[in-house]
Parts: sequence; structure tokens; C-alpha cells
Amino acid sequence: MKRVLACFVVLAAFPLVMQAMDNLFYVSLASRMLIYAIAATSLNLALGYGGMVSFGHAAFFGAGAYTVAILATEGISNLWLAWPAAVVVAAVAALMIGAVSLRTRGVYFIMITLAFAQMVYYIFVSLKEYGGEDGLPLPGRSSGLPLSLADDVTWYYLVLALFAATLYGLYRLSRSRFGRVIEAIRENEVRAEAIGFPVYRYKLACFVLSGAAAGLAGALIANQASYVSPSLLHWIQSGTLMIMVILGGVGTLWGGALGAIALLALEHLISDYQIDWLERLAPNYQDHAGLAVGVVLLAIVLAAPQGLAGMLSGKRRA
Amino acid sequence: MSGLLFLEQSLNGLQFGLMLFLLAAGLTLVFGIMDMINLAHGSLYMIGAYLMATLAQATGSFWIALPLALAATALVGAILELTLLRRLYGRDHLAQVLATFAVILIANEVVRIVWGPQPLLLNAPPSLTGPVTLPGGLQYASYRLLIIGVGILVALLLYFLIAKTRVGMLVRAGASNREMALAMGVDIRRLFTAVFALGAALCALAGAMLGPILAVQVGMGENILILAFVVIVIGGIGSIRGALVGALLVGIVDTSGRAFLPLFFGVFLPPQFASAAGPALASVLIYLLMAVVLFFRPQGLFPARG
Repeated sequence: MKRVLACFVVLAAFPLVMQAMDNLFYVSLASRMLIYAIAATSLNLALGYGGMVSFGHAAFFGAGAYTVAILATEGISNLWLAWPAAVVVAAVAALMIGAVSLRTRGVYFIMITLAFAQMVYYIFVSLKEYGGEDGLPLPGRSSGLPLSLADDVTWYYLVLALFAATLYGLYRLSRSRFGRVIEAIRENEVRAEAIGFPVYRYKLACFVLSGAAAGLAGALIANQASYVSPSLLHWIQSGTLMIMVILGGVGTLWGGALGAIALLALEHLISDYQIDWLERLAPNYQDHAGLAVGVVLLAIVLAAPQGLAGMLSGKRRA
Repeated sequence: MSGLLFLEQSLNGLQFGLMLFLLAAGLTLVFGIMDMINLAHGSLYMIGAYLMATLAQATGSFWIALPLALAATALVGAILELTLLRRLYGRDHLAQVLATFAVILIANEVVRIVWGPQPLLLNAPPSLTGPVTLPGGLQYASYRLLIIGVGILVALLLYFLIAKTRVGMLVRAGASNREMALAMGVDIRRLFTAVFALGAALCALAGAMLGPILAVQVGMGENILILAFVVIVIGGIGSIRGALVGALLVGIVDTSGRAFLPLFFGVFLPPQFASAAGPALASVLIYLLMAVVLFFRPQGLFPARG
């Protein structure tokens, strides 16, 4: 509990320190990290807690983002309308995709969620009146609060509050009866069924919750850059979210957040920082950030099977 | 006229499907025997195409470069298997996804460092650049006919290898029940290195044959990888026959969807809407096909595991 509190104190103080140092770029980067932390946490609910390896989470993330963007171009930028709409659209998409996908198991589930996400991707690519392949710029961040969200520090605190709410929600959920049943189903579906739990309905509910939270993250990412593009829905995006969860720690409370922050920080560190000895060793290394990210990911898979959260808590695989 | 168009699109679909089969065959065996998700399969396709383009430039001949590129890519595949993938067999699917995703990132950057960011040019052999006239009066690119011929030949060879030889029997045994094959004394590890190298060579063949038609560029493996996964899931994981049927289905549905859906919509929709909805629905079509197949046959069309 103390560690959690310390974490949030650091997160809350961060923009004040950056403001004092006149370095607002990092506040914006931190908001982006927290938004991806919400998205990865939402995937962790389905993947880690529910055991449903969804390779199509970008569909819900992107659907949320596009809902906000399309409503904004149509003149509705009030966040009390647009954001709940994004969550509902993502939840409905998750309900429809989950209802079909959850009839399959294992690798086939991975692939069918991927297939549905690709369908959603191509549907948005074909929406020519909403940007098509080029994406859609928003007129500005959502309105509806007494404060202006165009200010990066205000925006950061709003994102932080929603991130905290998401984590708290996951914490409460994992300790509720619903969370216990979900984990029981992950551990042994046949037994859970035999005890008398409606397994399919529990899994579907978990999948829809997870999709809805991803939709919220999508609504935030659309506001973050005031721009959405189909790349938010591409399968590489689904893969990246999955990588964040695996990197951070599957089925752990902080796993998604840790993975998202670590991956984005690593990418930023390599592409935007000049490391002198590395520059001498390999000129233009900054153009090849993917190489270093790949090597680090490989090292983590081989050396830390439980992800970063497992490494931090010092647990070893039995 | 529409008969000729139909014939042409069928041939295009067949050609695309056979190339998908080359990719899917290796993927489905790796998946079926070692229960290993290998996202890096598309990277081998890319590496094969790059090696082919370079060797064709260096030797000045498509036909000398082809076997060299296949051998080199098979070597790359074998090294990848021996150094990295071997460590991942015992791990869960998630670890495999993470590790092979990392391999994609690394392979893309290495290719970019070695060959630069510009796409490479790979020309079809000069004797095959013109069209030929098929019975019925259809003008068809002779190079595309060659691709169809090579695809059919490889499919037959693979069928012979898998169905009629001892090695093929071991592969089938491994795919249908790995533990039992191990218990019966099959050296699965060595078999798998060989299967992996073969899969890499097939990737290179697909990359080399498609190179003159599509662009040889970084990231070319990623989209086709997803199609290859769709193919093996439709066909049933671990089944070569399923991969062939799935690849032809996907190739023909995708190609004819792209050709005919805009025309079809044009009949009863305003033209600007038809030109937008047609390609979109065509892209969605194969995923729809996969979802429908999985809904009715959750194990694919030809499940390898009994």
C-alpha cells in the first residue's frame, strides 16, 4: 500500500517538477504513457485475469478513438457525451466480437479476434468522409469541464485520475466474487462449468468490460494528439498492447501499466537521446530504435519469464 | 468479355493462393509440430526477397540467384531455430509471441541497415516479361503463369514428401501427437530444425517469385504473415492439405472480391459509394471467411490432431 501511495505521489508531483524545469514536453509524453497504461491494463483484464488472449484489442482502442473524433467533426466535443459514447461503442463491439470468438479455444481464439480486428481496421480505412487512410484531425481537445484541457498539465491530471480509477477498478474487480470466478475459469474451465458457473457469460462479461476500458483509453488517445488514424487499429497496435502486457506481467495489477511505461520510455530513450559512446560505436543508431527495442524484448523474454512485475516482486517461476 | 475477365481473375487468384501456400506450408508445420507461434515467419519471406534481389543483381541471372537465395534463407532459418526459437518450445504462446515479435523488429532494422530504406528492384527473367496468349484469346503475363507452375510443382513435391517418404511420416506423426512421436523414439528436435529450414526456403521462394510483382521493401512480411495465419487457421493447424485448400480459398476470394465487388456494387449503388464500399468489403471478405469457418468448424477444415 505504501509503495502504491509513493507511486501516485511521484506521478502527481511529476508535472510540477517539469514545470519548474520548464520542460513541458515530458508532461505530454507522460500523459501518452498513462493512456497506453490504461489500454494495456484493459487488455490485461481479458488476457491475464480472464485467460482470453485477445489479439484484436486495437479494435476497441481504435473504435473509442474514432467515436470521439467523428463526434468532434460533427460538432459534439463535450466530453460528458463523447467519452461515454466511445466507451459504449467499444463495449458493443466487444460484445459482438466476443460473443462469436468465445466459442473457439486457444490459438483459434487468438486468430479469430485478430480477424475481427482486421475487419474493423479495413472498415475505418474505407470511411473516406472521415479521413480514410490519412486519418482524421480533431478541431481540439474535448470540452465540458470548467478547466481547459488544451493545457498539457491539466490534461495530464485528468489522464492520471482516469488511470488511477482504472487501476482501482481492476483492484476491486480482482477481489470481487466476479474476479474470483473469472480466475477460476482461467485456471480450470471445465471445473468451473461443473460447479455450475455460467462460464460463457462470465467470460463474455469480462471481455466486454475489457473492451469498454480500451474504448476509454481510445477516447483519451484521440484527444492527446487531436488526431486519429487507422494505424490505431492496425494489428501491429494489437501486438504492441500485448507486448506491453507480457513485458509488464500477465495477470498482475500493475503489469499493463509497467509494460506500457517501460516500452514507451525505452522507445523514447533510444530515438530522442544522444548517447555518445553508442553514437561512436554505431553512427545513426537513433534511426534504428526498433533494433534496440527488439534486443531488449528478447533479453526480457529469455531472462525474466514473469515480466517486469515478476522481476520487481522477486518471484521466481516454480 | 466478362468470361475473359473471369478467367484472368481466377488465374490471378490461383497465383496468389499458391504463393500464400508456400508461406503457409512452413508456418503450419512449425505450428503443428512444435506448437510454436512464429510471427517471424514473415521476416524470412522478406529476407528471402532481399537476398534474391541482391543475388540477382550480383550474378545477373534470375535462375542462378534463385537456388542461392533459397539455400541462404534456409541457412538463416536454421540458425534462427538453433540459436533462439529452440529455447521457446517449452514456453507458453505469449512468450513465443513476444520473442518472435522482437525478431520482426530486429530483422526489419537489420535489413534497413544492410540494404537501406529504399525498396529494391527485382526484375523478372527477361524471357518471361511479355504476355502469352492463352486458348480462348486471353493475354496473360507469362511470368504469372510461371508462378502458377512453380506453385503447383512445389505443392506436388511437398505432397510427395509428406505423404510418401519416411521423413514425411515422422512430420505427420509429430503434428498429430508430439508426445507419442517422442516416446516412439523420433528425434523431434533435429526433425524440427530441418522442417524449419525447409519452411524458410519456401518463404524465400515465395519472396523471390513475388518480388518482381510486389515491392521488395521493409515491412513486406507483416501483412502477408497475417494472411498466412488466416490460411492455416482456415485449413486446420498442422495440415499441409488444409494449408493448400485454405491458401487457394483465400487467394481466390481475395482476388475476385477485389475485382468483382466494386462492379457488383456498381449495379445498384451510386458510383462514388460503390468505389468506396467495394474495396473495403473485399479486404474484409477473407476475415469474414475465416470467422465463418471457425464458427462452424472451430478446428479448421482439416484438423491434424485426431
